[in-house]
Amino acid sequence: MGSILLENVSKAFGEAVIIPSIDLDISDGEFVVFVGPSGCGKSTLLRLIAGLEDVSGGRILIDGSDMTGTPPARRRLAMVFQSYALYPHMSVRGNIAFPLKMAGENREVIERKVTDAARVLNLTDYLDRKPGQLSGGQRQRVAIGRAIVREPGAFLFDEPLSNLDAALRVAMRLEISQLHQHLKRTMIYVTHDQVEAMTMADKIVVLNAGKIEQVGSPLELYRSPHNLFVAGFIGSPKMNFVNGIEAEKLGAATVGVRPEHITLSTSDGLWEGEVGVAEHLGSDTFLHIEVKDVGQLTARVGGEFTVRPGDKLFISPDRDRLHRFNEKGAAF
Amino acid sequence: MARAASTRRKAVFTIIGWVAGLAVFFPILWTFLTSFKTEGTAIATPPQFLFFEWTLENYATVQERSNYMRHMTNSIVMSVGSTLIGLLIAIPAAWAMAFAPTRRTKDILMWMLSTKMLPAVGVLVPIYLIFRDWGLLDSLAGLTGVLVMVNLPIIVWMLYTYFREIPGDILEAARMDGASLRNEIIYVLTPMAVPGIASTMLLSIILAWNEAFWTLNLTASEAAPLTAFIAAYSSPEGLFWAKLSAASTLAIAPILILGWFAQRQLVRGLTFGAVK
Ligand SMILES: Nc1ncnc2c1ncn2[C@@H]1O[C@H](COP(=O)(O)OP(=O)(O)OP(=O)(O)O)[C@@H](O)[C@H]1O
Ligand SMILES: [Mg+2]
Repeated sequence: MGSILLENVSKAFGEAVIIPSIDLDISDGEFVVFVGPSGCGKSTLLRLIAGLEDVSGGRILIDGSDMTGTPPARRRLAMVFQSYALYPHMSVRGNIAFPLKMAGENREVIERKVTDAARVLNLTDYLDRKPGQLSGGQRQRVAIGRAIVREPGAFLFDEPLSNLDAALRVAMRLEISQLHQHLKRTMIYVTHDQVEAMTMADKIVVLNAGKIEQVGSPLELYRSPHNLFVAGFIGSPKMNFVNGIEAEKLGAATVGVRPEHITLSTSDGLWEGEVGVAEHLGSDTFLHIEVKDVGQLTARVGGEFTVRPGDKLFISPDRDRLHRFNEKGAAF
Repeated sequence: MARAASTRRKAVFTIIGWVAGLAVFFPILWTFLTSFKTEGTAIATPPQFLFFEWTLENYATVQERSNYMRHMTNSIVMSVGSTLIGLLIAIPAAWAMAFAPTRRTKDILMWMLSTKMLPAVGVLVPIYLIFRDWGLLDSLAGLTGVLVMVNLPIIVWMLYTYFREIPGDILEAARMDGASLRNEIIYVLTPMAVPGIASTMLLSIILAWNEAFWTLNLTASEAAPLTAFIAAYSSPEGLFWAKLSAASTLAIAPILILGWFAQRQLVRGLTFGAVK
């Protein structure tokens, strides 16, 4: 229904090469997240798949057939935009019905599907309102409703939650995950928020400057990042990196240690440091510790851990959870 | 002190505004008043402002001597017809320039505008000859066609600036939803651009209504619109100011009324993009 294969896909805008060459295999029903820093080409890649941009080279296969030159209307994909992109002159009902109308469905079918979608998305009471009279979360639901009614082969989401406030974002994140479990359709989801990526994805594609840095499940990326970029991007708070002499002692050009893989002690340990800022989140405490010859390290400890700025602590990274990188930044 | 100065400044600007407004309006007012005078009072020195003997005689004469209704009908057919045809061409054209621009789009827009900088008389002879050979002289179809071409650059430009304000996302959403290009323009772009299209339409009707150069040169009687109707009183009978004024008043009244009711749309249309 919705397998997508990118072969050697590249994209340039005039002289500027945004995506040099990408190969990617997305199987049917997968929830794939494209994640990466701003400007790395996530949206561009999604728009290439959608057909909203033409590729500069390579092929895009959907369900095994070459769709590289097929206009977006005929790719059987649905997209949810960051700006929602609802039709402002149509009611919610009109918005959700639009793809069905374009597909030439008859009136009863449209009515039934719109009603169903509205029920699933809690929009039944708002069907006759215009998008301008809805809240951000409701608009987002309308955009999703418009995408699901047509029963597309795959859904494309471009940062759909970034205009919502934090609480709503968490709620909608869950709703989209549930929708995926329920519909079992391929979803490609673009975000620069690594928490969204970790929580929603079956498979994460980490992009940097138009190149794929690594593809894998959230835990694979967390446990064994291939390089410094992925190591630094996945996980929150960020992995600590240690260079120089202290790293050489551990047998690498750079050593990475996650804040949650640090043991603190008042009596002994590998490094000695002084607590700078302590961030108490209730469930956790993040300590920023200044260590001589190593730099600033972040450690994650239990919520009840009490230290004061200026306290001396001993720090030991968990030996079997160290990440070692060579001079080129590749893990080994 | 500061407040006093600013009040005074406001008063000055208000006065300047009124003076400018009256200066622009005065000729129309004077034409209107003259149309109710006898030919004698019309040229009296010193001119008489309000206290003269009001008469409808000029309107009666004008009605008698020429077929006002036919000219009016011609004007309506030409201005509305050329506007509708123009929109039919300009909406897709402006869509292409606003949403699928290429490196040449700006040049094409400038080139279209540049045709408005050329004096119309420069192409009078070729157009006249084409009209003569194709039997289009004094025909509504021929004139409507010329008016389409005359106003098309302005229609495209206005629509282009309106379309530029419409988020491209929404059109892309329509494409993703399975809309063909035609459906995208009909169901999504056009309804969203209704205010812009309406003001463009009004402006185009007004420009076509008032267009005099081509209508005077390419019509004789059959297809002559109201501009030719006024002109008929100006050339051979240049001295009959009162009748000329009556004809002018009759000719500008419909468009003035339309403009009055549509003034909000018009102002929005003319300043679109500048404000907001
Ligand atoms: N139409 C275009 N013409 C020229 N350059 C473009 C165009 N669209 C995007 N780019 C460039 O391509 C690069 C990637 O853009 P893209 O929108 O894909 O980034 P992104 O990863 O989605 O970033 P963000 O997280 O900020 O949305 C950017 O440097 C951008 O300037
Ligand atoms: Mg983006």
